[in-house]
Amino acid sequence: MAPALDEDLLREASRQVLGALVRRAADFAAAEDAVQEALLEATLKWPESGVPAEPVAWLTTVARRKLVDVQRSDASRRQREANAALEPEPGPTERSDDTLLLLFLCCHPALSPTLAVPLTLRAVGGLTTREIAEAYLLPEATIAQRISRAKKTIGQQDLSAFRAALAAGEPDKPVVLRVLYLIFNEGYTTGDRIDLAAEAIRLTRLLYAASPDPEVAGLLSLMLLHHARRFARFDNGNLVPLDEQDRTRWDRALIAEGVGVLQAALAEGRHGEYQVQAAIAALHDDARSADETDWTQILAWYDELVALTNNPLAELSRAVAVGEVDGPLAGLRALDGVEERLTDYHRLYAVRAHLHERAGNTNAASDLFAKAAASATSTAERNHLLRRAAQARAATTER
Amino acid sequence: MPKYLILKHYQGGPEAPGFAPMSEWTPAEMEAHFQYQRDTIKMLQDAGEFVSADAAAPTGNWVQYGGEGKPPHVLDGPFPETKELIAGWFLIDVESEQRAHEVAAYVSKAPGKGGEPIYEWLEVRPMMSEPPPVE
Repeated sequence: MAPALDEDLLREASRQVLGALVRRAADFAAAEDAVQEALLEATLKWPESGVPAEPVAWLTTVARRKLVDVQRSDASRRQREANAALEPEPGPTERSDDTLLLLFLCCHPALSPTLAVPLTLRAVGGLTTREIAEAYLLPEATIAQRISRAKKTIGQQDLSAFRAALAAGEPDKPVVLRVLYLIFNEGYTTGDRIDLAAEAIRLTRLLYAASPDPEVAGLLSLMLLHHARRFARFDNGNLVPLDEQDRTRWDRALIAEGVGVLQAALAEGRHGEYQVQAAIAALHDDARSADETDWTQILAWYDELVALTNNPLAELSRAVAVGEVDGPLAGLRALDGVEERLTDYHRLYAVRAHLHERAGNTNAASDLFAKAAASATSTAERNHLLRRAAQARAATTER
Repeated sequence: MPKYLILKHYQGGPEAPGFAPMSEWTPAEMEAHFQYQRDTIKMLQDAGEFVSADAAAPTGNWVQYGGEGKPPHVLDGPFPETKELIAGWFLIDVESEQRAHEVAAYVSKAPGKGGEPIYEWLEVRPMMSEPPPVE
């Protein structure tokens, strides 16, 4: 029986090959097709012939040949010369530059996140369409269609300014960071084979290796510091809040790495929202028990986060910190003026319920937890809030 | 990216003015209506927003646990007090609630008598997702 091909190797290779092709100004959609064809050829040939000594070079050669074939037939069909610039030249591969170019293309501002996310996972992450579909619990055809629309949209852009900005090292990073953040934070945890959070970390590591900007570091650190708690977040399918998590189940190695990356970034003195959120996560991860949490420092970081982002959700979280530092009534006062700026009410109700519970108003807390549950957007959160409502109700009748 | 369930009801919503029941439609009007449903699915597929679509038979059974060691209770048809019946649904995965509303409005525009939009009321319900790791 032929040996199974190393999937990690293929994924890594496909990204490098695609990056190399696209860097030579090849049309993105055509380059992507060529790489997929080359990969197919590899899966057919390698089990018999063995994996070549230089798999990336092998795939690049095959993909270039396919690309040139397509361009020649296009050219003859249209009776015009193939654009010389389209023909990839051999040369040293600048791997990190290629990765950057690919990542920024996949997260081009012309693409909505629904298109940028699957394209990034496919072209940079090297996942198959089927794997992406499984990870998002969507039909494969739907993901295939999104990737095809994304490629078409990129094909319609004038990329000259984009390439110039990238060459000058001034690409539009916030969009890329946003896409990576969405992959991390809006994925499903139920997928057996594909862990989207781990994929997001892998992609962010690639970006960090190629471009160690403080906010890239901040995002990587934020992901690592939250990913470290993943095994403690659920108990038998139930969501476990931070203060009740079994901290011995936190991944200390990931925390140490996250803190290290963050400290180096903060030292540069250019704070941004990801660094600040990571700093808050680091303070939680640093406490050996919930009681030892340094809420005074956390509150200071929330002050900075609110100043940086003016985001009402940050103000909600800040009110919890105020509640810990100055007492629950001060926390409730900190919510004044936040309500009208929110669209997501379940978190407001949950925060108010929590503060009322801490203030001893278990009756109000129970009602608010029930209201929060009614507008929750995930089953795990809804069940957790229903449980908290029942606990507050039980505490009320006991008195 | 949130999923939304667009529910079609046999009854329950207020009737649009000038509404003519399907029993008064010509075969051509009916065919145009069915074609519109197929075109809607194609539109959603092309947009990369389609998850599933299905129709349910107008009647079925109501089933309940029958008690220890006993067969389930099975009742024919709906209870008389039941005000609404699910006729079918589209499950879509879209960028925003606004887009889900656009899709529902498109579904509501399906042609009926005389090729005029039927102005059907549709229920749009967000589906539960996963709790985000970063809260």
